Formats: sequence, C-alpha cells, structure tokens
Amino acid sequence: MSLFIVNILDGLVTGLLLFMLCSGLTLIFSMMGVLNFAHASFYMLGAYFAYQISTYVGFWPGLIIAPVIVGVLGALIERYGLRRVHQYGHVPELIFTFGLALLIEEVVQFLWGKSQKAYEEPAILDFTAFSIAGNAFPAYKVFMIFVAIGIFLVLLYILTKTRVGMIIQAALTYPNTVQNLGHNVPLVFMGVFGVGTAMAGVAGVIAGPVLGTFPGMAFLLGSIVFVTIVVGGLGSLWGALLASLLIGWLQTFAASYNVRMEDILVALGMEKPVDLASSALRDLWTLTLPQIGPILPYLLMVLILIVRPQGLLGKRET
Amino acid sequence: MNKFAKLLMGAAIAGLSATASFAADNIKIAFIDPLSGPFAATGKQGLAQYEFAANELVNKKGGVLGGANFEIVAFDNKISPKESLIQLQVAIDQGIRFIAQGNSSGVANALTDAIKKHNRRNPDKRVIFLNYSAVDPALTNDKCNFWHFRFDANADIKMDALTDIIKKNEGIKKVYLIGQDYSFGKAVAAAAVKMLGAKRPDIEIVGNELHPIGKVKDFTPYARKIIASGADAMITGNWGADMVGLGKSVISAGFKKPIYTYYAASDGITKTFGSDGEGVLKLVGEGQLNPPPNDRADAYVKAFKAKNPDTDIGQPRIANVIEMLARAIEDAGTADDMVKVATALEGMEHDSIWGTKVKIRESDHQAIQNVHILAHTKNDIAHDFDNSGFGLKVESTVDMASAESPTTCKMKRPE
Repeated sequence: MSLFIVNILDGLVTGLLLFMLCSGLTLIFSMMGVLNFAHASFYMLGAYFAYQISTYVGFWPGLIIAPVIVGVLGALIERYGLRRVHQYGHVPELIFTFGLALLIEEVVQFLWGKSQKAYEEPAILDFTAFSIAGNAFPAYKVFMIFVAIGIFLVLLYILTKTRVGMIIQAALTYPNTVQNLGHNVPLVFMGVFGVGTAMAGVAGVIAGPVLGTFPGMAFLLGSIVFVTIVVGGLGSLWGALLASLLIGWLQTFAASYNVRMEDILVALGMEKPVDLASSALRDLWTLTLPQIGPILPYLLMVLILIVRPQGLLGKRET
Repeated sequence: MNKFAKLLMGAAIAGLSATASFAADNIKIAFIDPLSGPFAATGKQGLAQYEFAANELVNKKGGVLGGANFEIVAFDNKISPKESLIQLQVAIDQGIRFIAQGNSSGVANALTDAIKKHNRRNPDKRVIFLNYSAVDPALTNDKCNFWHFRFDANADIKMDALTDIIKKNEGIKKVYLIGQDYSFGKAVAAAAVKMLGAKRPDIEIVGNELHPIGKVKDFTPYARKIIASGADAMITGNWGADMVGLGKSVISAGFKKPIYTYYAASDGITKTFGSDGEGVLKLVGEGQLNPPPNDRADAYVKAFKAKNPDTDIGQPRIANVIEMLARAIEDAGTADDMVKVATALEGMEHDSIWGTKVKIRESDHQAIQNVHILAHTKNDIAHDFDNSGFGLKVESTVDMASAESPTTCKMKRPE
C-alpha cells in the first residue's frame, strides 16, 4: 500500500512534467497545424541554458532567464523560419521542424560536448521532504509539482478569462475570421509559439537535474509528447493535463509492478511449454510488465484513435 | 604522354615510394572504435590514452627493435560491427598488423571472427587483435582464437572478484540485480546469480530485472521497487545515461547501501554523481589510480592530464597493452611475423605501471591481474575524474583474480 502511494506521487511528478511540455505543443499544433518535431529540443535547450547559467549565478536566476531565452529563440524561429516555410504547405513545415530538431541536437553536442552535464538541483531543495516506508520523496519533486500546477493555473486563467486568451481560442478554430475582424493573427501565432517553447524550456530547467542533462534527453521525450497531445485532444489544455497524468501513472505503475506474462497466460488457461528454450513463443512467456511499459502509451494512443479520434477532451478530429 | 609529363610522374612515384618506405619504420596500430555518434566520448578518451601511452612508454624511450616508433592510426567504426569490418579491411590494406578495439562486445565478436578468417587465408599478412575493453566472456571461451588477446578483466572475472568481496561482508543478506536488457546486462545478472549462489547461498536475490536499454525516461519507479525490496546491496552493469539515471534515482529515493557497478566513472558520470555518490557508489575494475601505486604511475597520470586536461585515464589497461606489445615485439625480434609476436605475448608476465602483475594466460589469452573494488569518493584522491575533485579510490583488492578459473577455449596454434 505504501508503495502504491509513492507511485501515485511519482506518477504525478512525471505526468505534470509531461504536461508542461505538451501544453505548449498542443496549442501550437492545433493553431498552426504544425507538428513541431523540435518541441522536445527546446526542452533540452532549456536544460542546457539553465545549466550554463547555474554555473555562474546559481539555479534560481536560471529558472527565469533560461525559459525566456528559449521563448525568444522560439518566437524568432517562428517569425523568420516557420512563417516563410508556411506558405509552401505542411510538408515543408514538417521537414523544417525535423531538421531543426537535428540541428539543435548537433549544436548542443558541439557547444557542450557529448557527455552528461553536472546540472544539480539547488542546495536549498536538496533534502528529503518526507519518507513513506523508507522511500524518500525529495523536496525538489514537491517543488516540481507546485511549479507545474502554478503554470497550469496561470495558463488556464489567460486562456479562459483574458482577452488575449479569447483571441487565441478563436484563432484556434477560425483563424481567417479572426484576421478579418482586425486581429493580427500572425503575431498571435508567434506569441503562442514563443510561449509554447518557453514552457518546454521551463520543463527542461526543472527536469534537467532529475532526469539528467545529456544530448539524448530530447530524443527520449520526443515521441511521447506527441502521443500525449493526441490522446488528450488537440488544443485542449484540460485534455493535455488529463492525458499527461494518465500516461505518467501508466508508465510509473507499469515499471513498478513485476506482473509476469507467464502468470497471465497460466491464469488464462494456457500451459507453459516444458522446454521453453526451444518454444517459438519463448519471448512471449518471459515478458514482464516493466519490459513492455514503454510501449503502453503508444498502445493507448492507437486505442484512442480507434475509439475516439478527436482525443479524450478534443473538440475536432485530428 | 610527352617527356616532361613522364618525368613528372616518375618523380611523383619516386616521392611516394620514398615516403612509404620512411613511414614503414613506424609500427602502426589501428585504433578501431567510435569517434562520432553517441559513444564518441568514450572512443576519443581511449584514443587519447593510446596516443599518450605510445609516445610516453615506447617512442620517448627510443622505440622498439632499435628505433621503430609506435604510431596510432584512428578509424571511426561508429560502434557498428559492419562498419568495423570495413575499417579492419582498410587498416589491413594499409599494411597495419596490430588492431586495437574495445567498445562493445558485439564489435569485438565480429572482429575476432573476421581476423581469424583473414589470418587463415593470408598467412603472410596476419594481424593481431588487441582487445582492451570488450568483456563478453565468450571472447576468451567458445570464440577464442590464437590472434585475440584481452587485456581487461572479463565480465565473469569482475563478478568473481565482486562476489569474493560480498562474501566477506556479513551485513549483506539481500541483493538486487538490475541491468540493461541486452546480452551484457543478461550476462552480468546470470554470473551474479551463479556466483552468489555458490559463495553465499544464504544471500537472497530480492530482485533480478532488466529494463529497456536507453529508453527509460525516469528510473524512479525502479528505485522505489529496490527500496521496497529491502536490498542491502545492488549490482548493475549499466553504462552511460542509463547508469546516471538509475544511480541518481536510487540515491535520491533514499538508498544508502552500496551500489556495485562496472562503468560508473569518468565521461561526466563522476562529476554528475558528485557528493551524492560518496559512500554509495562502488566500481569493480582493474587499474589503481588512487592512491597512486608508485611514483611512476603518479608521474604518468600527471603528464597525461597536463597534455589532455579534459580527458581522464578511464582505461588504465591501455598502458599495459602498449608496454606488453612493445615487449612482445622486442622478444620476437620482429614486427612482421605475427606468429612470433603472438607467441611472445602469450604467457607473458608483466609488471604493470599500475602496481599489479599482468599475466596473459596461454590457455585462452585472457589477462589475469589484480581486480579492485573502487569507491567513488573525494577523500585521498590524487587523480580525480572530470576535474571534479571526485575519483576512484581502491577499497579492496583481489590479487590475480580468477587466475585458475576454467575456460572452454581450445586454443588452436598455427603450425
């Protein structure tokens, strides 16, 4: 039972981290129709910038400065890169962001090298907040939870209660009408792209010390963010939150419980082959839940696309 | 073709052959390892150590055979077995007779087979394989051959030494095994189960699991299981980002017991663990840097750091490879007859710069040497890693580990 509670908390941390990445991406995707392959690369940039800043002035200034730099960089890329490619249609856009992801990875390796960077959590948060049956829960993770929830509330307020939010919401579905009403839609796009990448930057800043700051960190998270926004429903903030938490818990629980395929198959009435080594189904019999854990989110995505193509809380078809 | 052009070409050919004969004075060693891609850091570190060792230990002392220098020629194999075989052919075509490789047992397995075939078909152009890091036990057992020499302790020897130490530690009652889901991770787990079972049948293996290699974003759920299992020690063969991710998660989840590892040092790993790893992180391996075993080793590491401030001597055995090869060539009196050089190398007993004896067993060409349990610490560290102040200090030593261990190798020597 205590392990269950710990897993709930760990899954919450993973899910909220995922949410910070997805919230920006889902807005960008639904608004511009661009599948931004480079989104996770901005997450990596956030971590590396913050690492660099932390070596001079410490963790806290990095938490503010790094996302701002990432956001400005994102806005500039939208203004001078994506917008030019936009007129040629979606395929060039897709290739552009794909190339950008590769480019950012190479640049990061060029500037910071290939080995892992010693990006540390601040000393003030380097203690155990509480323990459940010997399992320590670091204070830094509590901090992560609060930052993510804070960001969600701010975003929710902006999107639903402010004028800017209303224009963004309108531009999501009827960009041409909004433009005809006299609003500067390209500027809104640039702003959304900038804020979206800045959010990815924040995620990088606070995840870097926990999940490691190395050139492969973008690649590790790259595909799972797309799965999350598709599951959640495009353009839906609540959907992104729900899907992130769902996938966070799914992965955490899958890795924590050693459910063996053998037990399931036996329970289903199948008989274990006597000579397992020469059986054709050897791999199936020896599978465990932690081993198949990483593919569960993709399985979930396929299921969602079959049953509910618009995503859990999405309003239109993907 | 007019006369002038003929003259020019003749001069060019003469010039070429002149440089060729000049270069032939050098004894070339092909270094085939990743120099680009995700494992480039390890490959480049190895290359720097080879170049330094060749210069410092051989060339500066007047070379071998009365003046021939060692020259390291680097080939990038991108850690792919296929690419390695191409590079091997290129090296052989360039007249190189010594092949050094270490990263990935998959590559080593491909190379040892290819070299065996090549030597059988081309008796006048045979080559020797200096394996300095690939630790798959099969290379000196079922797949052994006369041309392959392994200078690192293999995975079984390391586990043998590690379990010898665990055997003496009465406090350890429960052990958790975790590793990457591929051949090496499985080999480590299998060896641990077998050897712990034989030496300490009272120890309970409370967890034995494999995780997807390079795909785990967050190791926290694994860390929770390890804590919940009540393990007194943990053994892992993880390397790279998987080692850092696992180690950091387990430590921050509150694990205060020893974590025994194979590859948790240098290449940024030591610096990343920093003070978190103190008293927890242990590494089993050869090569004593702290405390420096003698003045010679101390000066050697200092000179290396002066020349390569951003790299470490993460693979001390490379110095043994160079020194022992130089001795073998001297003893054989030739760098062209590989049968003589290989015969001189097998059975050689060498006093290593790292304060241990290194003996190449005739039966399987496995180097037998002292294997240490090294602690990650910042106390009494003369030579740190990653310029972090932290390094590896010898905690306990198994003298000439696994010297009598059995091998399934049936060494076939050339007629």
